Amino acid sequence: MRILVIEDDRDAAEYLIKAFREVGHVADMAGDGEEGLALALDGDYDVLIVDRMLPKLDGLAVIAALRAKERTTPVLILSALGQVDDRVKGLRAGGDDYLPKPYAFSELLARVEVLARRRGGKGEETTYQVDDLVLDRLSHRVTRNGTEVVLQPREYRLLEYLMKHAGQVVTRTMLLENVWDYHFDPQTNVIDVHISRLRAKIDKGFERALLHTVRGAGYMIRDGK
Amino acid sequence: MSGLGKLFRTTAFKLSLLYLIVFALFATFLLGYLAWNTRRLITVQITETIDAEMLGLSDQYRLAGLRRLVAIVDARSRRPGSSLYLVVTEAGDGLVGNIVPTDSSVLDSTGWKEIKYRRLDDPEGVAHRALARVVSLSGGYRLLVGRDLEERERLNQIIWAGARWSVAFVIVLGLAGGFFVTRRVLKRVDAMSDTAQTIMAGDLSGRLAVTGTGDELDRLAISFNSMLERIEALMHGLKEVSDNIAHDLKTPLTRMRNRCEAALRAGHGEAEQRAALEATIEESDRLIQTFNALLMIARAESGHARELMGEFDAAEIARDIGELYEPVAEDAGITLEVKTDATAQLKGSRELVSQAMANLVDNAIKYAVPGACSAGKEPPTITISAVESGDEVLLTVADNGPGIPAADRERAVERFVRLESSRTKPGSGLGLSLASAVAHLHGGTLRLEDNGPGLKATLALPRTQA
Repeated sequence: MRILVIEDDRDAAEYLIKAFREVGHVADMAGDGEEGLALALDGDYDVLIVDRMLPKLDGLAVIAALRAKERTTPVLILSALGQVDDRVKGLRAGGDDYLPKPYAFSELLARVEVLARRRGGKGEETTYQVDDLVLDRLSHRVTRNGTEVVLQPREYRLLEYLMKHAGQVVTRTMLLENVWDYHFDPQTNVIDVHISRLRAKIDKGFERALLHTVRGAGYMIRDGK
Repeated sequence: MSGLGKLFRTTAFKLSLLYLIVFALFATFLLGYLAWNTRRLITVQITETIDAEMLGLSDQYRLAGLRRLVAIVDARSRRPGSSLYLVVTEAGDGLVGNIVPTDSSVLDSTGWKEIKYRRLDDPEGVAHRALARVVSLSGGYRLLVGRDLEERERLNQIIWAGARWSVAFVIVLGLAGGFFVTRRVLKRVDAMSDTAQTIMAGDLSGRLAVTGTGDELDRLAISFNSMLERIEALMHGLKEVSDNIAHDLKTPLTRMRNRCEAALRAGHGEAEQRAALEATIEESDRLIQTFNALLMIARAESGHARELMGEFDAAEIARDIGELYEPVAEDAGITLEVKTDATAQLKGSRELVSQAMANLVDNAIKYAVPGACSAGKEPPTITISAVESGDEVLLTVADNGPGIPAADRERAVERFVRLESSRTKPGSGLGLSLASAVAHLHGGTLRLEDNGPGLKATLALPRTQA
């Protein structure tokens, strides 16, 4: 995956580049808005990571210029302004995701991978399947090994999101944002408890576990083989 | 600035002056009108009298001849009173009468005229003014009948003197009144401004004096006082917050630093260093959380999030939050119930209200855990509800845990305040502050009440006007 990091804080940018390379991605760096826009227009990147406050050209202006040229490259906005209204502004400007600073690299990586995968063009499918677990999005039925699994509406949406991103790490914050539409951080481990309930319904009694906890990052549903 | 100059420049004085001018003009006009009307009335009376007499005399002349006229005029001329008569021949020689006009030409023409005359019985006296009518009679004679105008002039003088005195009186009284009122107002305004100076100098406990008369200055003073109270509370809050930040943020930072130092010291294996790093990250995450909560409160308190305001259903929030926390509550051995109206529309930020509710439920779970319940008998239960009540939507989280003593409830809402009983529990001490800030942002309040036993925390938010 090719990633462009537009960030004026050199230390932070270098840390990101190094971390992305360690997990096997190709990452470039731009130190200001103009350079970033030029690189983004020239190079074929899968994801752009754009800081909101940049010298020469503001982060949101970079995104706007890019969208004006009909580039649909997914953009993740990084910002020290973590408030809800800033998030709304960022997404309205054409950003695809928003992550307030400071962030955990695992969180950023998970989000970048989800963004890049979405670009891969795996459109909205009517059924998701992981191993012998099948989720039918038309009838809202979930079966494992042919047997129906009865889920609460929220559990269904949780599973749907996890299966949509099967094989990818999904963080607690991503679940809270996408399944519950909350952008705050509940102090208690509410998500963990929901996950363990879901796990009890889909994995309990089966030899192969599909719903995995990724330590320090989040959860992932994947083939048990 | 001289005391008098200051007085003249006040609004009250300028207003008094304006009123004074208006009243003086009005008085002048009223008296002028009165004088003019009286004069007119007297003149009408005089002319009517003269006309009647003139008519009688000419009739006599016509019917009975000159001799009769002379006899009547002579008789009337001798009567005391203000009636004046004179009959002259064609040549202008006086035949009979009681006056001599100072200007004999008045008899040359007929009609109404104002003349000056002297009485025959006092030829050297002062000339008086009179209103007279001259007619010519057949045979070349002319008859003058008149009335003295002295009475009218005297009345006029009395009225004008009255007018002068009353206007002077109005002016003096008005000036004195204005002066007095202005000085009183100025004294109170000066007192207020003095208090303001002291307050600006740093003594925030100063308050403006309220006299209790309920006048406009009192109302102003009351408003200023509540503003001062708010400022004092804010300043106090700010000070407390900075003290608390110093304590609550420095403590974990110190812990983090110590742990890093310990990990750096020789003699530790890789596994131990790793554990130290992980603990450091965890600690810094908690710090970030605290910072975020602080920023959120600051934002909510300054009213910045208003741009996010939209319509939403409070009942839905209650159900969603209930659903989000239900598994956690169950794991902790707590029954979580949601009781809501079908719908309860609110205007505001769904996100912020949800977060406030999440904080309240979080608290409730923390304190309602089995064992923490002092009553001990009833199973721990948390009830989330959203109901419309009058003009408000009440979003309530009630538990049957130990609750908060009535004396501590007000303090519990303040930032970083963690009551003694909760020092041992995890948490930043910002949950209730945030809920309260969110309530204020929406024009409502956070109410903490006794749930007998337990705590009943209610976000009372004003309802959307249909």
